[in-house]
Amino acid sequence: MTDIAAPIRAKRVLPGFTLSLGTVLLYMTVIVLLPVLALILKGAEIGPARFWDIITSARTLAALRLTITAALIATAINAVYGLLMAWVLTRYEFPGRRILDALIDVPFALPTAVAGLSLTALFSGNGWFGQLLEPLGISVTYTIWGVALAMSFTSIPFVVRTVQPVLEDLDPAYEQAARTLGASEFTIFRRVVFPQILPAYLAGCTIALARSLGEFGAVVFIAGNLPFKTEIAALLAFIRLEEYDYQGAAAIALVLLFFALILLFVSNRLQARAMRFKER
Amino acid sequence: MTRQSRLLPRLLIAIAVLSTLVMVVAPLFYIFAAAFAQGWRAYVQNIMDPLTLHAIWLTVLVALIVVPLNIVFGVAAAWLIARFRFPGRSLLVTAIEIPFSISPIIAGICYLLLYGRQGFLGPWLEAHDIQILFALPGIVLVTLFVTSPFVAREVLPLMQAQGSEQEEAAVTLGASGWQIFRRVTLPNIRWALLYGAVLCTARAVGEFGGVSVVSGSIRGQTNTLPLHVELLFNDLNVAGAFAAASTLTLIAVVTLLLKAVLEGRAR
Repeated sequence: MTDIAAPIRAKRVLPGFTLSLGTVLLYMTVIVLLPVLALILKGAEIGPARFWDIITSARTLAALRLTITAALIATAINAVYGLLMAWVLTRYEFPGRRILDALIDVPFALPTAVAGLSLTALFSGNGWFGQLLEPLGISVTYTIWGVALAMSFTSIPFVVRTVQPVLEDLDPAYEQAARTLGASEFTIFRRVVFPQILPAYLAGCTIALARSLGEFGAVVFIAGNLPFKTEIAALLAFIRLEEYDYQGAAAIALVLLFFALILLFVSNRLQARAMRFKER
Repeated sequence: MTRQSRLLPRLLIAIAVLSTLVMVVAPLFYIFAAAFAQGWRAYVQNIMDPLTLHAIWLTVLVALIVVPLNIVFGVAAAWLIARFRFPGRSLLVTAIEIPFSISPIIAGICYLLLYGRQGFLGPWLEAHDIQILFALPGIVLVTLFVTSPFVAREVLPLMQAQGSEQEEAAVTLGASGWQIFRRVTLPNIRWALLYGAVLCTARAVGEFGGVSVVSGSIRGQTNTLPLHVELLFNDLNVAGAFAAASTLTLIAVVTLLLKAVLEGRAR
């Protein structure tokens, strides 16, 4: 109760409103707002016809197709791996569980360029894993699989870390009820557990997808960056900049920004839903 | 327990451990394996390369500027949002998170379009001989963008959960704003603040996409450590690239260890 009343009183009692408001507004304006505004204004300068030409040019389309396909593959990998990890980490007790839990955060802490470098060496023809895969006719580096692999590495934590807390807080009563009614473990998971974690699960997958679409550092090492083949959209925007084609860069960046904001909106809605589940 | 119900957990744990070994542990371990592949001496030689040393120094410098600024912003934002009600408050909460959802490379492009020669402020900056892009200020600004939510998002939930009773009591006892912050607020949030600062440091040190757009990657001048890793790799100096990468990996490992320690204390 005091929690609800306190801030209203606080407005008159506590000092620092003007100072903190000023600091935050100044910082947000200079660091975030103005640069993003610059991109949007540059995009508006291009004009719809030219914008459409840039976006539908063969090279841009190829880059966008590769980026989206690879990001979807990466998200699919993480959807399976993430759910498994969240389940194993919350439901089973075994030696090394805490270490396994800590390892999930490695992709957050490891710089993307370092991850890209390491994955490239591991999966190249004479690398530890490349050696095993090459005889099977699977090449990872310089293909879409490499792009997807790099994307999935950098977005590993998202699904696990959104599903894990929800799974931890689930009321065990429902599962116990299902068990006493004779449901098999798989049925319990499918009919009782999964529906409850679904909003959080989808939110996690959405964030992983957004991250994959924007990933750059890890991908440029492993992709080989061949135009029309393994060139991702973010890299193409970067190349356009180096060619002083600012309009081209702005158009591609705006498309990526648009995807990112839509996915942000979707994941926010899903997370709001997940919270509702948690409160019940 | 029946035999079958014991088998399934074991199988799932085995798959989880195995896939984590392949996906996470192997890339992490391989960096050190490759960095030391030619022995200690070669490793030290690679690290002592003047350009690598300069990249390390530049990266540390950027972090030293970015992290304190982000601490000020993060604490101010958390104080503002947790302690006051004002129009646009929930909008601000969302706005603070925006840099997380924007790809760093897009952030870099935004900065180029603002400060670049063809950008909106470009002509003015040129007329006044102010260099922002392809120099330290540009690298710092983009890194600030990318890391700005870290401190705020760790401190804010804690401040909200703690409520403002203690600070109000301090006000009624006649404490000044600075005294309240230093004696009441700061001790309450210090672990979360430190945790946010650690995450912010790790991210600032490792930033690649955004910095690669605005820095120009000039060797010995604007080449940060992650950019230097890429340059060495493109030069086919793989051992050098892994040596440089190993210092970044070490920072990441320390970050994770600190995280494990601080997470327990922050909550």
